[in-house]
Amino acid sequence: MINELLSKRVQAIAPSGIRKFFDIANQMENVISLGVGEPDFATPWHIRDEAIYALEKKRTAYTANSGLWELRQEIARYLERRFGLEYDPQDQILVTIGGSEAIDLALRALINPGDEVIVPEPTYVSYRPAVIMAGGVPVAVPTYEEREFRLTAEDLLPHITPRTKAVILCYPNNPTGAVMERQDLERIAAVLSQHSLVVITDEIYSELVYGIEHVSMASLPGMYERTVVINGFSKSFAMTGWRLGYAAGPRELLQAMTKIHQYTIMCAPTVSQYAAVEALRNGMPEVERMVQEYNRRRRVMVHGFRSIGLSCFEPKGAFYVFPRISDLGMTSEEFCTKLLMEERVAVVPGTAFGESGEGFVRCSYAYSLQSLQEALRRIGRFVERHAKQG
Amino acid sequence: MRQEILQILEADSRLSAAQIAVMLDTTEEAVQQEIRRLEEEGVIVGYHTLINWEKADRDVVTAHIAVKVTPQRGSGFDQTALRIAEFPEVQAVFLISGDFDLMVLVEGATIKDIARFVSTKLAVMDTVVSCTTHFVLKKFKQNGRIYERQNGDERPNILL
Repeated sequence: MINELLSKRVQAIAPSGIRKFFDIANQMENVISLGVGEPDFATPWHIRDEAIYALEKKRTAYTANSGLWELRQEIARYLERRFGLEYDPQDQILVTIGGSEAIDLALRALINPGDEVIVPEPTYVSYRPAVIMAGGVPVAVPTYEEREFRLTAEDLLPHITPRTKAVILCYPNNPTGAVMERQDLERIAAVLSQHSLVVITDEIYSELVYGIEHVSMASLPGMYERTVVINGFSKSFAMTGWRLGYAAGPRELLQAMTKIHQYTIMCAPTVSQYAAVEALRNGMPEVERMVQEYNRRRRVMVHGFRSIGLSCFEPKGAFYVFPRISDLGMTSEEFCTKLLMEERVAVVPGTAFGESGEGFVRCSYAYSLQSLQEALRRIGRFVERHAKQG
Repeated sequence: MRQEILQILEADSRLSAAQIAVMLDTTEEAVQQEIRRLEEEGVIVGYHTLINWEKADRDVVTAHIAVKVTPQRGSGFDQTALRIAEFPEVQAVFLISGDFDLMVLVEGATIKDIARFVSTKLAVMDTVVSCTTHFVLKKFKQNGRIYERQNGDERPNILL
């Protein structure tokens, strides 16, 4: 009976076909996993310590709806310092429960029934359902390995219609590790600034870039007034479990988002907010240490996959590599299932991130070097065996 | 590259030059050459294994001995420090600021061994004025490593 009563929107969200594979993988023992989208580092101790201190000081009440004033000020300083973005902490910054809430808020604040939202793929799994839940229509734009999964104006342009309300960018990208450098963004910005739409740019991996500088979409000419920047603490400071992110953007949009936020959430977790203040004030050396470590692992992974004989473009951001496995004559899902069963290594099929992920798998390197090397050994054995058969 | 190699080897000296080369995006030869130079210059002094002896079925008693020393004309504390360092049971010798002069780390199989060392070898040296022995009761962290890690990787195998 309940099934008939469920909202059509929720029903419209297709149950994930690879859920079963994930369930199997998560129940298996002794698996070497490269399947996790969060840092393996614990939150730096000084940040955890600050949270304990906040509890001792009885900082257990709600904060202002849009977040602790101190924290919003620190966020404003951080965005200015790191990306040259100027936002008024008074009414242009909203502290949310992870970047995820901020994305949901932005979509709900913008979308009228039937509005289209462009989502370049492969990309993080939540955007599509979030668009549907908000009553919008997701429009997938494939990106390609040949161009290192960068989004080009040519890819984008044919999908912009009068119904396009927003574009969701996620660079550095989960699952590919792709980045958009300044000139890449400039080409996109030239197109986007000609249209009446909003850019939702999820820059949660902005600190995790290697050998390049992260450029925020909002910092480009003509983009500030039509861009909402989503960022947070999960990836940069290894704080996933604290559930803390934020949005910064044009006043009117932030006001609308705050309206939804205050009635559904009230405010982000208070202890996490105090910890985040400490993270922004004193956490950068630890971030640099983690980035250096990720970078070394990244090189080990790219080199490892290429030595195995799989094509693997060099990702310059996040903590994923996205090798191509289609040469083995398997689909992504087949590859992942067989690899799990035969070698007990868990990786994620590219199709989990959109159709254009077919032929690829996502491997996270948020693991110890020892685990990565063991995983590469096993994958090497697996590929050798199946290449012979094929 | 030098600093990075040192940092990597300090954390795990078993990594090969080939592995380090991949991590630093350089060639195996370049890493080998740099490591050889670091060894020759005495920057890299040795490669050791950090062992939690409590778990290895061998009793090891460690003591930190605070030693007051009469400095000598010409050599200061150096000569005494180097003489102490020659004893095989001595693991480390540091010159320390403050209330005493040398911190001497000694290892032995039993407390008696260490007592014997202090009374028959260390305290009787001409330049040694006094010794205060502190026995180590439990080691929590050494060389940047915490001995008892509370828990391993608790993340599920797949999480998007």
